[in-house]
This record gives sequence, structure tokens and C-alpha cells, in this order.
Amino acid sequence: MEDPSLSHADPEAVLVGEKQIEGRSLSQIAWGKLRRDKVALAGGAFIVFLILVAILAPLIVKITGGPPNAYHEDLLSPYIPNIPAGDFGGMSWRHPMGLETVSGRDIFSRVLYGARISLLIAILATMLSVAIGTTVGIIAGFFGGWVDAILSRIMDMFLAFPLLVFAIALSGVFPDKAFGFSGLPLRLGLLIFVIGFFNWPYIGRIVRGQTISLREREYVEAARSLGARRPYILFTELLPNLLAPILVYSTLIIPTNILFEAALSFLGVGIPPPTASWGGMLADAVTFYTVPHFMFWPGLAIFATVLAFNLFGDGLRDAFDPRGR
Amino acid sequence: MISYIIRRLIAAVGLVIVITMITFAIFYLMPRLAGATPETLATRYVGRTATGATVEQTAQRLGFYDPVPVQYWHWLTGVVNGTEFDIGSGVEKCPRPCLGYSFRNKDPVTPEIMRRLPVSFSLAVGAAVLWLTFGVATGVLSALRRGSFFDRAAMTVALAGVSMPIFWTGVMSLSLFSYKLGWTPPGGQYTKLSDNPLEWAHGLLLPWITLALLFSAQYARLTRAGMLETMGEDYIRTARAKGLRERRVVVKHGLRAALTPIVTIFGLDFGLLIGSAVLTETVFGLPGLGQLAIDGTKNNDLPQVLGVVLLIAVFVAIANLVVDLLYAVIDPRVRTK
Repeated sequence: MEDPSLSHADPEAVLVGEKQIEGRSLSQIAWGKLRRDKVALAGGAFIVFLILVAILAPLIVKITGGPPNAYHEDLLSPYIPNIPAGDFGGMSWRHPMGLETVSGRDIFSRVLYGARISLLIAILATMLSVAIGTTVGIIAGFFGGWVDAILSRIMDMFLAFPLLVFAIALSGVFPDKAFGFSGLPLRLGLLIFVIGFFNWPYIGRIVRGQTISLREREYVEAARSLGARRPYILFTELLPNLLAPILVYSTLIIPTNILFEAALSFLGVGIPPPTASWGGMLADAVTFYTVPHFMFWPGLAIFATVLAFNLFGDGLRDAFDPRGR
Repeated sequence: MISYIIRRLIAAVGLVIVITMITFAIFYLMPRLAGATPETLATRYVGRTATGATVEQTAQRLGFYDPVPVQYWHWLTGVVNGTEFDIGSGVEKCPRPCLGYSFRNKDPVTPEIMRRLPVSFSLAVGAAVLWLTFGVATGVLSALRRGSFFDRAAMTVALAGVSMPIFWTGVMSLSLFSYKLGWTPPGGQYTKLSDNPLEWAHGLLLPWITLALLFSAQYARLTRAGMLETMGEDYIRTARAKGLRERRVVVKHGLRAALTPIVTIFGLDFGLLIGSAVLTETVFGLPGLGQLAIDGTKNNDLPQVLGVVLLIAVFVAIANLVVDLLYAVIDPRVRTK
């Protein structure tokens, strides 16, 4: 391909001495736009902060809060049954978000440990969706014809499923021991599978659409006319150009998955107690709905996390949008 | 047009059948793959003290010894033709559409579903009216006044709206409006529309608003994005250039095109909502289909779950069909095809 004699015909050579024209890649342009989007950056910063807090949770609770499953029944009110003593659900320096009802467990440390579960499930489930969705989407878009027809039908059908009911059914029907796992690890694996497996058609449809439009571009045509094989075209010509939409929509699927996991745990078919999860904490607090601050903290945790991912994802999408300003 | 409708109908029936098949597989194949036998399945329904003979009898009665496809076939013929069921203490006739008998309490499923359908339907219709009105109106106004204070405020609220878990907003609003302020009745109540329309609406007001808040937010974002895209099209410039009034340009040319994807999503959302407003029903204690589905799941009561899933699938299929036909009205290109 590279002909040494051509290197003299550098079109920019005539510009020596004048301002150099700088070629910018899509990711450079996108980063430039994203850097100016303060709201999206704030969302991104919050996500980084949250991941750090989740990783460091065992250290943080040593400073304040204490172990997430420690009971503090001695701090419950002697007058009102099951309600912590003191204002705002027993808020104090030792227990910055107060205590849970009935058990008196520390809400702050449970919110922190809940973040680990929530992020772990949401991110791994998203990776699973992306893996299936990208594969199916590329195959459907690249090969077209009857392959595309069948795969598109399957994707349409998945979108018409009552996902929540199915997920509840799957997690309810599953035995306590399977594939050599049991307890929490099995449950985590099952939730990741259920959430990830039902969400892949969203990514699949986007990737399929992108593949179809890329397939007809001139540079793919050029590669094909030079005798490039299909795998080459797939991996070197198409996949790099699909990375941006895949990245954007993965960021936007994570918050949906966080809400999904919280909903399952809220309904009692997600993370089993006593492991701390935001949905499970809300379910415990609902019995005492007349005192809203017990459900305030786990709800706020879900809301802030989901909002941060949505803000960052929206910003990322705008940044990669070639039509944007 | 007739052949178009027939093709859509066949696709709709196919969708319903596949969805029920998958539900069946989840309940029967998954446990078997994980090592369950007909006896261990039957043990769930007879209690732990039962003898081996009772368990075998129950497994026989519930048809657990048949291969899974045969069991599915029995269920399907029951739905289409009606069937007779051995409920243990005698044989009972189950007229079509027979959705079977609860594995737990031996009650027939069809009347139970019919009893709960009005609740779920009331919830979905009321919420849909609210969210379509507010969501689409907000989206259109935001798009027309892009960058204005209204646009930014509305989109901030919408983004917050899609980020809040519905069970959280539900319980918080219940705590505020029902418990603190006493404006709405507490959860767990449902008055029939035919009994007292005012009570009906009053009791459903909070669930409607809670559901509508989430969906309005989604629809406002979708409508705004769609409107921004169509208002930049060439034919909008043409419409303006030929001197149409702005109102007509927006409504007849802009909104019409922007609505097409929204109608599709609405069909799907509405169909799904009939049976899967599980969270809203749980929070507000409404005795709807979603509750039945989750109770059935927790009790391993397949016929109940299957009944609800079948109904959801039927509603999704009907909604999709209506949407496809509506396309012909909204999008003139479909008519000519």
C-alpha cells in the first residue's frame, strides 16, 4: 500500500510556515465537547466517586457507621416499638444517616455496601447485554437477508416480553443450589444473567442499525473491492466505528439495570437478606411508610446514582453526535 | 390492506404462542436442568409431611410425568377448547378459555384473572391519558422553545423523573399525600368504577400520577428529540416557505412525523403495563394482575403466572396491531404500500 515516492506529495507540505491543519479523530472531538459539558462531567465525577466509595466501603465504615449487619437494638426507642430513639431516625456522628427500623442496623454503612451490590450487578449485567447485543446486532446487520429477518424478529419479540414478570419468575423458580454454587454468589450470578439477558435487544437493535449504515459506506466498499475478507472488514472496518455508539448506550443501560436490580430486591426476589441492597432496604422501610426518613436514604442513593449515569450518558451521546454543535 | 391486516394478525398470534412457550420453559425446563424431578416439583404443593404415594399422585394429577411439550399442549388445548380437571376431590369442568387451576388452592384461574383485569385496566388507562397529555405537550413545547428556561426546567424535571425508582416515589407520595395531608385514601383500596366513579378516581389518583410521572418524563424526552429532528427537515422549510401558518406547520407537518415512533413505543408500553405494573400495584396495594403474577411466582403457582403472562402477551399483540393500523392514518407512506 505505502509507496515511498508518494510521501513527497504531502498536501500539507505547502502549508509549511503557515498554520498547520490538525486532523482530529472522532474521540478527540468528542472529548473536546465532553470537557465543556459541565453537567455531564459532574455526573461522571459522581460515578467515579461512587465506585471509589464502593471499593473502599470496608475501610470507610471503620471510621463511621460500623459493620453493615451489626444490630443496635439498644439504640431503639424504649417508647415506640421498632423505631430508633432520637430525631431523624437516630441520626448521630456514629450513625450519620440514622438507624434502620426493627434491627437498628446502620443505614450509612448499608447504603455503602448496597452500592457495591448495585454497581457490581448493573455493570456486569450491562457487559453481558453488550456482548450478546453487539454480536447479534453485527451478525444481523452485516449478513442481512434471512439472517437479519430472523434475528430482528427475535429482538422484536424480546422487546414485547413482560420483562419484570419474567425476571421475577426466573429468580423465583431457581433452586438454592445449582452449577456448584449456592447462596449469595449463585444469586448474584442469576441476577446478572436475568438482567443482562433480557436487556440485550436494545443494544442489538442499535448495533444492527449502525452496522447496516456503515456497511454501505465508501471505505467499506473500498476495502471489499481490494479483496478484504469478511472477518477483516468486520473487525478492522466496522467494529472500531461501532465502539462509540456501543459505549454511549452501555452508559445509558447501566442506570436501567440499577433500577431493575433495585426493583427485584424490593419485591423480595433479588438479593436475599441480610446482604445490604438498596431495593431490599426500601422494602424493609416501606412497612414504616408513615416515617419517611427510613426510605429516604436508600431511595436517594438509587436516585443519585441513576441520575449521574443518565447525565453522563446523555453528555457522552451529545459529544459523539456528529450533528451536535 | 386486508392482506396487511391478516399478516399482522398471524404475527400477533405467533408472538403470543412464543411468549407462553418461554414462560412454560422457565417454569418446567429450568428446574429440570437444575436437577429437579417430578416428585420434588410436586412436593411443593402437598406439604412436607406428605407420604411418597401422595406426592406421586399429585405429580400424576398435575401432569408432571409428561414431557414438557406434552404438558404445554394440554395447557394450550385447554385455553382454546376448555377441558376437564381432576382437582383431587373430583373432576371439574373448565369452560374455555380455561387457564387451569391454581396449584396451590385449586381455584380456577380464569375467573380470578377476570376479577383483577378491571383494576389493572383502570390503572393503565388513567395513567396513559395523563402521561400522553403531559409528556407529549411538554416535549413539543420544549422542542419549539429550545434552550429557553421552560425547556431547561422541563428537561431537568424529566431527567429526574426517569431516574427515580417508581416504588420510591410511590411510597414517598403515599406518605405525604395520604398519611400527612390526608388528601387521598391510604393504599390497599379499590372501588369499582360501576360502584362509585368518584371514589374510583379518587383512590386511583395517586397511582396514576406516580406512574404518569415516570412515563411523562420518558415521553417528554422522546417527543422533544423527535420534534427537534423533524423540525430541521427540508419539508418543514418547504411548508414554511409556501406560507403556511406556524401552527399548521408544527401540528400537521412536524408533530405528525415526530409522533410515529412515539405511537410504537406507546403500544408496547401500554400492553406491557396491563400486567406488569407490579411495582405500582405492590406499593399502593391494588389487587391487580401484576400482584397475581408475583404472588403466583413466589408460590411456584405456574397456572396463575401463565394466565397473566398470556393476557399480557395478548394485550401487547393487540396494542401492536392497533399501532400498525394507526400508522396507516399517521404516516401516508404506509397506506400506499
